Amino acid sequence: MTTVAAKAAKSGAKPATMAQALTRAMRDAMAEDPTVHVMGEDVGTLGGVFRITDGLAKEFGEDRCTDTPLAEAGILGAAVGMAMYGLRPVVEMQFDAFAYPAFEQLISHVAKMRNRTRGAMPLPITIRVPYGGGIGGVEHHCDSSEAYYVATPGLHVVTPATVDDAYGLLRASIASDDPVIFLEPKRLYWSKADWSPEAPTAVPGIGKALVRRTGRSATLITYGPSLPVCLEAAEAAREEGWDLEVVDLRSLVPFDEDTVVESVRRTGRAVVVHEANGFGGPGAEIAARVTERCFHHLEAPVLRVTGFDIPYPPPMLEKHHLPGVERILDTVARLQWEN
Amino acid sequence: MTVQELPGAGASHRPTPPPAWRPRTDAAPLLPDPEPYRVLGTPAADRLDPALMRRCYAELVRGRRYNAQATALTKQGRLAVYPSTVGQEACEIAAALVLEDQDWLFPSYRDTLAAVARGLDPVQALTLLRGDWHTGYDPREHRIAPLSTPLATQLPHAVGLAHAARLRGDDVVALAMVGDGGTSEGDFHEALNFAAVWQAPVVFLVQNNGFAISVPLAKQTAAPTLAHKAVGYGMPGRLVDGNDIAAMHEVLTEAVRRARAGGGPTLIEAVTYRMEAHTNADDATRYRGDAEVEAWKAHDPVDLLERELTARGILDEAGIQEARDAAETMAAELREGMNADPVLDPMDLFAHVYAEQTGRLREQAAMLCAELDAEGDA
Repeated sequence: MTTVAAKAAKSGAKPATMAQALTRAMRDAMAEDPTVHVMGEDVGTLGGVFRITDGLAKEFGEDRCTDTPLAEAGILGAAVGMAMYGLRPVVEMQFDAFAYPAFEQLISHVAKMRNRTRGAMPLPITIRVPYGGGIGGVEHHCDSSEAYYVATPGLHVVTPATVDDAYGLLRASIASDDPVIFLEPKRLYWSKADWSPEAPTAVPGIGKALVRRTGRSATLITYGPSLPVCLEAAEAAREEGWDLEVVDLRSLVPFDEDTVVESVRRTGRAVVVHEANGFGGPGAEIAARVTERCFHHLEAPVLRVTGFDIPYPPPMLEKHHLPGVERILDTVARLQWEN
Repeated sequence: MTVQELPGAGASHRPTPPPAWRPRTDAAPLLPDPEPYRVLGTPAADRLDPALMRRCYAELVRGRRYNAQATALTKQGRLAVYPSTVGQEACEIAAALVLEDQDWLFPSYRDTLAAVARGLDPVQALTLLRGDWHTGYDPREHRIAPLSTPLATQLPHAVGLAHAARLRGDDVVALAMVGDGGTSEGDFHEALNFAAVWQAPVVFLVQNNGFAISVPLAKQTAAPTLAHKAVGYGMPGRLVDGNDIAAMHEVLTEAVRRARAGGGPTLIEAVTYRMEAHTNADDATRYRGDAEVEAWKAHDPVDLLERELTARGILDEAGIQEARDAAETMAAELREGMNADPVLDPMDLFAHVYAEQTGRLREQAAMLCAELDAEGDA
């Protein structure tokens, strides 16, 4: 659980966006802990190109919310040094594909510093990466890069799909003593929920999956931007006689196997859904683990609905690439395995 | 031809843009001197501090002996690899000596000697190269970052740490070391740019030892000197004879003082030479001739100082012998420490990946544990 106290009364709840919840999470973390520093390109005066850091520089000063030179390796590399000195940097990578210049810092230093110093020097860095498509963005603005991150030991990788989780998971990430890749599904930035910034709902922290919809005939396993699509597909599937359970992973590393396995053992069928490319994507790992642990419970192979194994397409074609309700339903239909 | 003399430059039809950046107010000149700065063998040597120079000499002799011992340990199979700093000891020693206790050193993989000169236990300094653990010391305890194998990637760390210290109001300077090859890396550029923009208290020390493994400087850069690179970032660049420890000490001290006083970063290029191969795995005869190596022998950092100090009566035979004896003692201790077989716990593989082990790691740790038990039973 996060350190945020559960507050039952949500009388102050009103529609809030995921973007607002993320801003609030950083604001509250900065107010509580003077070692929390936000940094990145455009995060200060502008408040970020998505306005997620809006107001932080004004409230906490430019030393705590810093516009850096445009250089992702430099941003993350400087954050490493700041964390070595006891700060908790929250780094913004402006877009998924803009983070790639920082990969050497990420893989060679951020992910390994605790390990190579035998625990003497953990790096509490949160790296916020707006990711995924569906916003009509041009090339290099819509990658689903989670496979690169989950393949790197030493990093936690989380992704919220709800307004509550945006707040709770970001607070948990900033509080974590380990580096966290915080993947923000940018097409959900303006999704709304009744949410009270004064009384945030307590959510489970890093490493816990949640059943977002219960069902009996099959399990959809998903995360981030694909959660609303899966929930919509589950509703639509009722007409076909399918009662689908939907599991939101929330955290890719650690991967909450137990929640997934428990669900699949009950339903006997599973489909993994994500936007990232299928080959070598997180779905391959999840399907393998589900198969290993649920083999005798399965009525059909674990199937996947993923992005195609192509570079992210131009915006006018992205609807064909992204897993949509129809493709999920077609795949669910294939779970009626006859062989 | 200057920019002003170029055809069309400064033409009156071009409107003067409003100032878009804060002008630099620091009086320190950006351009390095055309020749490396030297003290030994010049009139500047008149002002040498005898006590400091005797200490430098003892450290140089110790450093030379350390290099010899570590190289011998590779031949005995005690070290997996050792990148020698024979010929570069003056840079390594001076870097360590100019720092205060609270300052931080950011060494590259070649800079074990600087870490030892800063006071790190020689055996702890060599664990990375021995292969028993990546970093054999607590960086916070010694204010020495882990030796960085990826090139120049530790430079932005130095900037971030120095910046953080300054934000907290702490009197801390970071000194980051990199080789000539490392100056071609993107992280070098980003670190210098960040440091200058933030006016971070950092000193960048480039040891230009002539080669990046086999590639000579001429194929590494077209810049007149590596110190010139400072100009584009808006920080002073200093060119110094890296074999002249008095010059190194003076230039580094000035850069550290400037950083400490809030004057921002400095880039120092130390012109030196790697007398031995890149590591024991390298064959230097494939890319350089004996004549070049011999010429540099005449400019040896230990000999340079020894000649100057003995000529000035600062050092005598007894002092030389004392330094050699101390170096032998260090070498004997290092041999003894390295000849003890380290006892490693395989379960450490899983101990420091995350603050709390993930389920996956617990499962894999249990698998290894069972394998070890089976081995024990066999």
